[in-house]
Amino acid sequence: MSARAHILAKLTASHDQPGWPAPVALKTNPPRTINAADQLAQLKTMMAAAHTEIHEVSSENWPEKVAELTQAKNLNNLLIAPKTALGKQLQAQWPVDGVTLKYDLHHSGGKEELFFSVDAALTSCRSAIAETGSLVLWPSPAEPRLMSLVPPVHFVLLDAHNIYPSLTEVMQAENWAAAMPSNALLISGPSKTADIQQTLAYGAHGPKELVLLIMV
Amino acid sequence: MKTEILHNFTSRSRAATADEAQRGKFRSAMDFLIAKRAAQFPDPTEWAELRESGQQIRQRALAYLPKLLVQFEQKAQQNGMTVHWAETPLEANQIIHGILQRQQVRTLIKGKSMVSEEIELNQYLQAHSIQALESDMGEFIVQMADEKPSHIIMPAIHKSKQEIAALFAAEIDDTPYTEDVDELIQIGRQALRQQFFNADAGLSGVNFAIAETGTLCLVENEGNGRLSTSCPRVHIAITGIEKMLENLADLPTLLTLLTRSATGQPITTYVNLISGPRRADEQDGPEEVHIVLLDNGRSQAYADVQLRQTLQCIRCGACMNHCPVYTRIGGHAYGTTYPGPIGSIISPHLLGLAETRDLPSASTLCGACGDVCPVKIPIPELLLRLRVENVTRAGTKDHPAVMRGQGAKYRLSEKLAWQAWSLLNTTPALYLASRRSAAGLRHLIPSVKAWTQARVMPKIAPQSLHELIKAHQEQKS
Ligand code: SF4
Repeated sequence: MSARAHILAKLTASHDQPGWPAPVALKTNPPRTINAADQLAQLKTMMAAAHTEIHEVSSENWPEKVAELTQAKNLNNLLIAPKTALGKQLQAQWPVDGVTLKYDLHHSGGKEELFFSVDAALTSCRSAIAETGSLVLWPSPAEPRLMSLVPPVHFVLLDAHNIYPSLTEVMQAENWAAAMPSNALLISGPSKTADIQQTLAYGAHGPKELVLLIMV
Repeated sequence: MKTEILHNFTSRSRAATADEAQRGKFRSAMDFLIAKRAAQFPDPTEWAELRESGQQIRQRALAYLPKLLVQFEQKAQQNGMTVHWAETPLEANQIIHGILQRQQVRTLIKGKSMVSEEIELNQYLQAHSIQALESDMGEFIVQMADEKPSHIIMPAIHKSKQEIAALFAAEIDDTPYTEDVDELIQIGRQALRQQFFNADAGLSGVNFAIAETGTLCLVENEGNGRLSTSCPRVHIAITGIEKMLENLADLPTLLTLLTRSATGQPITTYVNLISGPRRADEQDGPEEVHIVLLDNGRSQAYADVQLRQTLQCIRCGACMNHCPVYTRIGGHAYGTTYPGPIGSIISPHLLGLAETRDLPSASTLCGACGDVCPVKIPIPELLLRLRVENVTRAGTKDHPAVMRGQGAKYRLSEKLAWQAWSLLNTTPALYLASRRSAAGLRHLIPSVKAWTQARVMPKIAPQSLHELIKAHQEQKS
């Protein structure tokens, strides 16, 4: 008998033994009614507590803000996703020359560049969760997974209209269960670890800095 | 060798308690984790409701476990992942080795996975000329020191920063001695970056597997889990069969219970939901995703409704953080992959009771573990049950053989002594007779040498209570 058949046979033989609590229907919490301003405030509080740098921007001026921060942080380059709406707007409005890189892993040396010479990347995010201070990212062909992970600085642009009270609400509202992407992510701060004597250190393997730009 | 390690629980714990420096490290680490967790559950009503839901979600998933495993397999396959089943650690190792061989992989980069520790994957692969490299900072440190994790969440909790500084200086090229934790982490980051870049295969554990959507959920702070699962062209995930959840909607409750109980965080930095390999037009992500479902004694725990509760565990580690025994002896003294209270109730299923006979007694039964468990596993009750299994011979009528190694501590002399004791105390004539000969009673007490090491042997009073009362009444009348 295969391991599969054997394991399933053993489990099935004992699965409906008397004495195990009958499954009960879980009460589903009614959607929370937190107003938009409170959600924004909560998101900012939680994310700031997790060491995220936060800036409020508008839908017009955010490329300037990114440029300003890139200079202030002395970043040599910024990786963008040129085919996304955000990538297009940034290219159109980019005020300085020569610091943006376009993401292309297929290009030979693309991965090496990503790992060893990219200073920062800019990505979008789909939505955010106020309760825990989390950003929801669904990497896509135009904006691949490693963009938000490998470069030491990660800029994220969030539309404040897409903030939900909790993970449950965002999963329901966006009907995640119907079609999950190959990789969905919650990001709630820069990479960190407390593995050495419970001392918190940032930038363990992922970005050392997470910079959130909220379009309000 | 394994047997020797396991049977040395007493001597190891004695050595550990004598090591004051180590006790200090565990004490401060546990105090830190206890305080952080407490701050996350300030409202007792919310805590009670949440853990009630947590328990129900886990019990519902276990009620349908065989169905959910099949559903998960189907969904995962539809999503383009390959599902493998393993009954034993050897089978799991062979499956993983087979995948790596077919892909001609020489280096495997690993995210954190306690199940891979359970099957001793690194050792197995090393014997077959494949290097497995730990990338979680704690695991990286422990692997470099050629040790095992001493805690399931914080593997290097037993090491001070001075020890880690010395280790890095000695083992990593061009590394000066520094006790600056930020610098140490950056050294680790640099050392592992090249490895992530080069690795052809990555391995991860699984925190929850969701049957409804065929999704793997991975919770972490460092990003090494994300790198191991999205950078190499092959991703292998390994999980115990009990980690199934029925629905995606079950996830938020367990996620919040897990991260708050484990490290006192409202959520971890990364929650990674993987539902398949890279799709046709995607630029990164693995080309192949394999999942190994491991039994290794879990179906034995499943066979008994009381012991089945063990499988509700979400591996938050809170029970060990709050355990007065774990805090004093540390994780290595247990000699098993999972230490502390959860280890004492799960290891007997993984390794057999004969190999782990001392673990159910490695508890004061103070109840702290049961009180903090976010999914309400009655750990003290299960420890008592395992103590009974320890002294019960397999196949006797009240105790059908469930546990491998049942009766490991059964001794006929002890059994007879207790039978005599009970007979004595329930038969007045015998009791009276024995009272007249205290020496006769003493030799019925089984060997108490270990017991009297820390206690004073009670003296049998010259007059019994009955005699005293009788004398008192006679005096009065
Ligand atoms: S037994 Fe409970 S407290 Fe211990 S690790 Fe498992 S879930 Fe956490």
